[in-house]
Amino acid sequence: MHRNWITFLRIVRTGVINFFRNASLAVAAMAVMVVTLTIILLSLVVNTTLSGTIKQITDKIDVSVYLKDEVTTKQQRDFTQRLEALPNVSSTRYLSKDEALEAYRQENIGNQELLQAINQTDNPLPATIRVKPKDLDRVKEIQMFLNKTENKKLQSEEPSYSGDRKEAIDKISHAANVLQRVGIAGIALFAIISVLIIFNTIQMAIFNRRDEISIMRLLGANTWYIRGPFVVEAVIYGVVSGLISIGLIKALFIASSSTLEASSLGLLDIGYAERYFNNHFWILLLIQVGIGVVIGATSSIVATRRYLKFKTTKK
Amino acid sequence: MILLDRVTKVYGKSPTPALDRISLHVEPKEFVIVVGQSGAGKSTLLKLLTREERQTSGKIIIGGIDYDKLKDKNIPLLRRKIGVVFQDFKLLPNRTVFENVAFALEIVGMSNHEIKHTVPKVLDIVNLKGKENSMPRELSGGERQRVAIARAIVRQPKILIADEPTGNLDPKHAWDVIAVLEKINRFGTTVLLTTHNQEIVNKLKRRVVTIQHGKIASDRAHASYKL
Repeated sequence: MHRNWITFLRIVRTGVINFFRNASLAVAAMAVMVVTLTIILLSLVVNTTLSGTIKQITDKIDVSVYLKDEVTTKQQRDFTQRLEALPNVSSTRYLSKDEALEAYRQENIGNQELLQAINQTDNPLPATIRVKPKDLDRVKEIQMFLNKTENKKLQSEEPSYSGDRKEAIDKISHAANVLQRVGIAGIALFAIISVLIIFNTIQMAIFNRRDEISIMRLLGANTWYIRGPFVVEAVIYGVVSGLISIGLIKALFIASSSTLEASSLGLLDIGYAERYFNNHFWILLLIQVGIGVVIGATSSIVATRRYLKFKTTKK
Repeated sequence: MILLDRVTKVYGKSPTPALDRISLHVEPKEFVIVVGQSGAGKSTLLKLLTREERQTSGKIIIGGIDYDKLKDKNIPLLRRKIGVVFQDFKLLPNRTVFENVAFALEIVGMSNHEIKHTVPKVLDIVNLKGKENSMPRELSGGERQRVAIARAIVRQPKILIADEPTGNLDPKHAWDVIAVLEKINRFGTTVLLTTHNQEIVNKLKRRVVTIQHGKIASDRAHASYKL
């Protein structure tokens, strides 16, 4: 046990020393790694922000069902219950005539003329049930339910589906979906390319030291005694690159919030992104360093393999 | 200690074997000189002994280990039992003299304390005191040779294989090296030495095995160099 511990410490120590002795190569490998990790992290944040924004918007959408004035409380309760039983309904809210008027006033608080006009008449607004759907794409199910004759006769007019709003939201969410998919594909492609570059860089480093490896082999060093320091070195690349990339993004947020001052760039709510980034800082850091370590360790293990093989052929 | 039974080595599709049915038996504590012109098969013989290459046919048994039954993962253990002085030294270029010698001990898990104690002693034997912190590139050929010897003997191996250890040395240093080998041999290590140097062969008066065209041409005790 004691001996294993000594060996382990030696492997780590040699790896650290090699890291500093091969500084130029380390810089090259880490530069590629930083770019990769930064793009992966950025895409993660952008993705989360996009879905967050879309969810925020879609949460505001509801279907308003207008009731005739003569509908009794019992009828209304019964109707609401049946609505809530629908699979695609997430919640309902009942507004009496007075409440509907109050809500209308609140919504049009800037429009004095309209408010005055409303005040001069009896309350023209019907009692309303606001229905929040679970899935916007399945609003039709609610629509069909409302169009049934027994339900239709309770309603004073056609329900409102937040008509044009929904259409706009549909377009936005479709665009965001496409954007996300294109983004994921692009990032996957980029990640693969940079993993290959990192792999090649590390492989080149090891190629340069293949004589060293074969000497160690001839002196009777174990596979892991030789490979260990290379892995340690590559793991350091991963850790340092992870830290740099998360630092870069942190700096990017600080810079963007002070220069842009805007809270959003079109669909991309920078404030949301920054909050997400700050709230998940440690887990993101862990992911970054983790990815870096895995890429580094795997490439060095694979790259050392061929120089560590023993001759097996008899020719 | 070393037993070769009709060992043949053919490289790739070469029509002539590098070694052709070589049989050799070396007793423990023996000092054997292997001579032969370049290309005769000396290097191949040594590479088979260190398991750098595998024999095409025949049997190799060293220190009771049958090479045909040796698993890959045990090759390092075998190599730790054999000290090798390579013709091209094979020093680790990025390590100091001390670190090069210490490396042989590090891989067997020796503590730093023991290493600090052992390495200077061995460097003293090969006359390299004061060069501990030099890098191999700062040393002369002879000094590098002696680092290689120090590294080969520091683990006190039962078998020492020295491939042309005097090849790059002037006569005085060559004799220093030979003196070290003789000393180690007296302590009980089996030594297998290959050399071109006729004078050394003649003065040592040890068993001489001559290899020609991949075959053993002669094997004589207390022989002198005849080619």
